[in-house]
Amino acid sequence: MEDLLNVQNLTKRFGSVIANDGVNLDIRKGEIHCLFGENGAGKSTLSSCLYGYYKADSGEIRFKGEVVELSSPADALRLGIGMVHQHFVLVSNFTVLENIIVGSADVGLLLRKADARRRVLGLCRDCGIDIDLDREIWQLSVGEQQWVEILKALYFGAELLILDEPTAVLTPQQSDQLFVILDGMRKRGLSIVLISHKLREVMQSDRVTILRKGKVVATVDTANTTAEAITALMVGHKVTKNVRDNSVTPAGEILSVEKVSAVGEWGEDVLKDVTFTVAANEVLGLAGVAGNGQKELFEVLMGVRALQSGGFSLEGSPVTAPTSRQILDSGVGFIPDDRFLEGLIPEFGTAENLVLGWQRSPEYCRGPFLDRRKLAELARRKIDEYKVATASADLPVERLSGGNAQRVILAREFQHARRLLLANQPTRGLDVAASEFVYEKILEKRAAGFAILLASEELEDLLRLCDRIAVMFKGRIMGIVRPEETSLLELGMMMAGDASQLTQGIQ
Amino acid sequence: MLELLQGPLLISLLAAMVRIATPLLFSAMGELVTQRAGIWNIAVEGTMLIGAIVAYMVASTTGSPWLALAIAILACAASSLIMSFVTIVLKAEQFVAGLALNLLASGVTLFWFQAYIGGREAPTFIGFDQVPIPYLSDIPILGPVLFSQRLLTYVSFLVPILVWFFLYRTKYGLEVRCVGENPKALDVKGLHVGLRQCLAIMFGSMMSGFGGAFLMLGYSDKFVPDLIAGRGWLVVVAIIAGNWMPFRIVGAIFIFAFLEALGIHAQVVGIPVPHQLFLVLPYVASLVLLAGLRSRTHQPVALGIPYNRE
Repeated sequence: MEDLLNVQNLTKRFGSVIANDGVNLDIRKGEIHCLFGENGAGKSTLSSCLYGYYKADSGEIRFKGEVVELSSPADALRLGIGMVHQHFVLVSNFTVLENIIVGSADVGLLLRKADARRRVLGLCRDCGIDIDLDREIWQLSVGEQQWVEILKALYFGAELLILDEPTAVLTPQQSDQLFVILDGMRKRGLSIVLISHKLREVMQSDRVTILRKGKVVATVDTANTTAEAITALMVGHKVTKNVRDNSVTPAGEILSVEKVSAVGEWGEDVLKDVTFTVAANEVLGLAGVAGNGQKELFEVLMGVRALQSGGFSLEGSPVTAPTSRQILDSGVGFIPDDRFLEGLIPEFGTAENLVLGWQRSPEYCRGPFLDRRKLAELARRKIDEYKVATASADLPVERLSGGNAQRVILAREFQHARRLLLANQPTRGLDVAASEFVYEKILEKRAAGFAILLASEELEDLLRLCDRIAVMFKGRIMGIVRPEETSLLELGMMMAGDASQLTQGIQ
Repeated sequence: MLELLQGPLLISLLAAMVRIATPLLFSAMGELVTQRAGIWNIAVEGTMLIGAIVAYMVASTTGSPWLALAIAILACAASSLIMSFVTIVLKAEQFVAGLALNLLASGVTLFWFQAYIGGREAPTFIGFDQVPIPYLSDIPILGPVLFSQRLLTYVSFLVPILVWFFLYRTKYGLEVRCVGENPKALDVKGLHVGLRQCLAIMFGSMMSGFGGAFLMLGYSDKFVPDLIAGRGWLVVVAIIAGNWMPFRIVGAIFIFAFLEALGIHAQVVGIPVPHQLFLVLPYVASLVLLAGLRSRTHQPVALGIPYNRE
């Protein structure tokens, strides 16, 4: 097979950081090629260089044998390199067809929708995409919107398609469909570069290039390797994954949520009759595609979103008209999903972030003043205990990596929480090692008698960590299942709103 | 009050409505295109004023209303470059830029006017006259209302149709709408967002200037400083009330125009109500419309947001 794209010795620096260091890569015609690596390994930088968003500092990119200069995404698209971003770039009140054809170089003044429709339908047929071209984007599922992005690139004649973490927003079923489509495209001779850190997807590619710290570690044929081998290459050593300790069993209800409903900014239902309990020594997982009410549920439980009806109780005592203060004081820890927006004050240092919410506690004060010495002492201890990699306790936390920032949040929340931990996407955007650290700490708390509510989009992780998993869809709990009796497929069906898969009678 | 709805007076009322509405149609359709490209150009009032004063100076100097119209439009095209520079190149807040332009226009036109007449009595000119369309103007009611107007009024009937056709049936229209909804979607395909916005602002300003010049040349014989009298703001309101859809905007403008015509006629009939109350009707109506119509479903998503590549 001939090479469609060939990268020689590509280097890209940001200041003193080398994001890509002498990278060599070749993409063959008609293959699915996966770029695999942890966060910060250089996958995104490399792909940005390939579609013209960044300009490489040195090195050479050849496309179809010719050396090319890519100075903008539009340049790349003109050559035949298309990009499907993780966050779609679509006009939500245009139709599918309009989104695809806008900006195309067809001659003439008038929109030739009939011609365009014929071409797009042809592309759909070739790739096995079934979509109504006259629907507007907002009416489509996320999976379908992604198809529109793919069609856009193909309509402009892309021969190489780069997909950045394409399944991050999809249900397992939608992901499977995507791979069927990608397979169809491969058979037509198109090449696909897939950026991913999910092993399930990597194993469906033809070849995988593993990046670590900006360098290519290896390029291997997927058929000749194993998931374990690839992971070891990615991390540089073997990773042990945390699993729930079955010798500890849940006992004694801590959090009981009863028919909670809440409305959103425009009065739409965001939570509808949500009912569940979490016991001591229990991790209750919360699965669901982002935007199905998880965030709102946490907001209600933390007292920052008004209840419409229903209520919840902590250790048997009902919480009426909850305020955040009251909830924090009753021993609840909270890890929000956006750590730099809600979890931390980015400009503050570690020490100050560690006392946020507790700055009035006599522990850290002398009269009306913060006790700087005690703060420094606390920071030193926590930085040590949680292995936060920071140059100093006063370095603004915005300069920390995601994993280290999350450690600061964990340290603060575990300092004061006594019985309940609410964790919304605590490992979002973290690499394998950092994620396992978070899980380790959560499981420690489970063993110590905490009740834990853990929302995550990483279903495999939920299955190995949780005692039970509640699945949310459109603000409702579709059902609560036990991991040992539930497959990934069943979870996925429930996340898509299909409750018929529910194994009966578990609550 | 009822006598307003009878025979000749009603015809006169409706004819006045059409006369009042049509200059605004030019301004509104221009501003619609600008806003569809994501730019809140609230300088409609000021631009109409510039169109009017330039038209006045040229018409009273040369005696040619057509030349006056052409130069007024060109002057507004030139003035639009200020808006483009400030909002597209400097990416400034569009409301503030628009407000500043309005203030500038009201000062500058007054200054030009004073400098132009220089102490003498303001000269007058002969503008556009009515051009009844043969046969059509003989139709009862419709004839005098629709077909005994000025030439540009007939043109203005076509403008919403042309703008609609442009926005929804041509590829450049699709691009303009795309810029207003999600400029990045166009940018990633290699098309220049700023250029399209600049052209949309220019088109909008030219049409506003057209409206202002028409108001001057069609219905007046000399400039007065408060000639536009808030009509530019009514245009902005009409766009919101019309939910950014061409024909609904036409509807909103005709409502405003009808109320203004009613005010004028109420004066003539001599209803024992202070006529100022009637004159204020269009503006009250605009407030009511804005408060009452919550439907802004077709407001371009990126309207008013300067486009930055991340």
